[in-house]
Amino acid sequence: MSHPKLFFREDQAPADVLITGAHVLDPRSGIDQQLDVLVRKGQIAELGDTGSMEAPPKALTIDAIGKHLFPAFVDPHVHLRTPGQEYKESIETGTSAAAAGGFCQLIAMPNTSPTIDSVPVAQALVDTARREAKVPTGFLAAITVGLAGQELTEMAALSDTGALGFTDDGKPVTSAGILRKALQYQRLAGGVIALHEEDPTLSNEGVMHEGPISARLGMAGIPSISESTFVARDSSIALYEHARVHFQHLSCVESVEALAAARAAGAAVSGEASPHHLTLTDEFVRTLDSRFKMNPPLRAETDRQALIEGLRSGVIECIATDHAPHARHEKEVPFEQASMGTTGLETAFAAVFTELVMSGVLPLELIIERMTAGGGLYGLPIPQIAVDTPANLTLVDLGASWEVGSGGYRSRSQNSCFHGRHLHGVVALTIAAGRLVFTTSPASVKDLAKAGS
Amino acid sequence: MSTRHLISIEDLDRSGIERILDRAQSFAEVSGREIKKVPALRGRTIVNLFYESSTRTSSSFELAAKRLSADVVSIRSSGSSVDKGESLRDTIQTLSAYDPAAIVIRSPHAGAAGLVAAWTEASVINAGDGKHEHPTQALLDVFTLRQKLGALDGLKIWIVGDVLHSRVARSNILAFRRMGAEVTVAGPPTLLPRGIEALGCTAKPTLDDLTEADVVYVLRMQNERMHDSYVPSIREYAERYQVGLGRLRPEQWLMHPGPVNRGVELSADAIDAPQALIGEQVKAGVAVRMAVLYELLVGSPILQAVA
Repeated sequence: MSHPKLFFREDQAPADVLITGAHVLDPRSGIDQQLDVLVRKGQIAELGDTGSMEAPPKALTIDAIGKHLFPAFVDPHVHLRTPGQEYKESIETGTSAAAAGGFCQLIAMPNTSPTIDSVPVAQALVDTARREAKVPTGFLAAITVGLAGQELTEMAALSDTGALGFTDDGKPVTSAGILRKALQYQRLAGGVIALHEEDPTLSNEGVMHEGPISARLGMAGIPSISESTFVARDSSIALYEHARVHFQHLSCVESVEALAAARAAGAAVSGEASPHHLTLTDEFVRTLDSRFKMNPPLRAETDRQALIEGLRSGVIECIATDHAPHARHEKEVPFEQASMGTTGLETAFAAVFTELVMSGVLPLELIIERMTAGGGLYGLPIPQIAVDTPANLTLVDLGASWEVGSGGYRSRSQNSCFHGRHLHGVVALTIAAGRLVFTTSPASVKDLAKAGS
Repeated sequence: MSTRHLISIEDLDRSGIERILDRAQSFAEVSGREIKKVPALRGRTIVNLFYESSTRTSSSFELAAKRLSADVVSIRSSGSSVDKGESLRDTIQTLSAYDPAAIVIRSPHAGAAGLVAAWTEASVINAGDGKHEHPTQALLDVFTLRQKLGALDGLKIWIVGDVLHSRVARSNILAFRRMGAEVTVAGPPTLLPRGIEALGCTAKPTLDDLTEADVVYVLRMQNERMHDSYVPSIREYAERYQVGLGRLRPEQWLMHPGPVNRGVELSADAIDAPQALIGEQVKAGVAVRMAVLYELLVGSPILQAVA
């Protein structure tokens, strides 16, 4: 998938692959049937009845009977920890994890060390991505210098360097005045302003959702209104300034309501929800296992239900993992001291499929739609299964399951909130931007290497 | 006891609590003797690891272990490797090399004792983890009440003050409920955690109905809460929530986990009143902690043989 603001290693040859017998499902193309899919030089060349096509010479043939072929997923919210925190993750390990999770597009967050708040740092990130990224990766730059919430970054120059938009993710833009200026300046710089919403005077020293479980555990709570009051405030500013705003990792019922109200009022606002907020609640924090510590925190069941309804109705347009790797020593400490965040790239589809589709809560088509929509919100092309488009495909065995973590992780970090759970929906193959970036069959990789040579 | 560790009151059912209290009673008798030692834990090592300052909890654990004839190592965070930034996990690994029978830990962080239990072969006793729990305090409070009143069934117990920041409140609500008491928590609305009723208690923002209580358990009010605007001033707090003889009927029992801020949460006259059980609570500390160590590490009725 070629786009001037997506960066990846282009030294891999575009793939020639014939995928036979898969159940192909792409809600946008209206495809929901068994088909053979021929990828030639990285483009989808043909779609046809099973057995109707012959693999061209040198092409790899994948027998995919019993598996599902989807447009590959898009994750508009990942932390690849580059530059500066490569002990947690690198672009190479993070994009390997993404490939294994079925993703073909990522958008990386700028809360790195140093932060992506100047052109030289942004340019270095672009260069690293061109060297290391297996999966096409875009990035957001910071709204304010050092994420300090005080001065705007050179947004226009950062946009020219490749930023798809701007965020201080990890922190809110606390000052309404600064945010307003960023939204005004967006008219020059372009790009989406993405917001981590949290009123720090309400979340304070909180480490988990405020409710009966935080009362029981004696840990400071983060009330849901710390998020929703900022969603409402910033929607109002966005409407006033005719700005384009995206709300990141929404977690509670009040935020979904605020987003719906803002949309109804005509604001150009969108929202995302994470697999963990869609499938887990603060009940899991009872064990004080720091894998369940994230910001925003896992919330109550009513919040989870509101997110599911938001996803169903379209108030929440996309699923985003907020993949947040942390090293062991940052998580193997008492809950209150542990770093916030969970990895998510390797489990995103399976978690949502297992918890929401298999249980009959949401249809599979809707999940595929929401897992591929995140890049479009930032102006990126949406992966689609259609002839003469770049191949962005993921082949998934919905009948297969695995115990998360039992075979290790491709991410450099192990802090998955789904660790130890049995999840269904094993990714068997991923093609991103026409390149075969992941397959569970080592033999086929060898074949491909031979074929390409 | 079904468990190797004492992390939370939830590790104990009612019969488990009663078993510890019965054991504590027999140890209380040992404490009345001239030679206050029994050889139950001779040759075994107990590590006291305190990451927070503490007088009564650390000294009573130390005394309890010594009266059971254990070898005791007491480590405080200041001046130790903990002070030099060693992680909890590394500290526990180091201490585990000494093959301790039990590690008693006090930490400013919820869940620390639970983590330690996962990292060591030793039995782990939670001597307070953040604002989460302080189970041995709850046991000694139940013990004190049982000595005075017999069973706790149907007793109305009010826990008054800063419930939000109190691990004692949480362990005591659970323990009092398990023993059949009715628990009410009362204090400034800013210091009552949202959702506390889920622990099985009633929450009230004033002391207007305090006369209904059989037992008034007053929590420590820390000065720093004033700076965080939980309450506007000590004066207003004392006026609305201080427990003094003016508020108490003579038949109401008064408890406090200590240390007391005289003139803040308790008036001086109440501290020294005959209905105050504060001294009994301290005295119960050693016997109850002996019982906890004994039940976790020995757990068989050999005490009769040695007593």
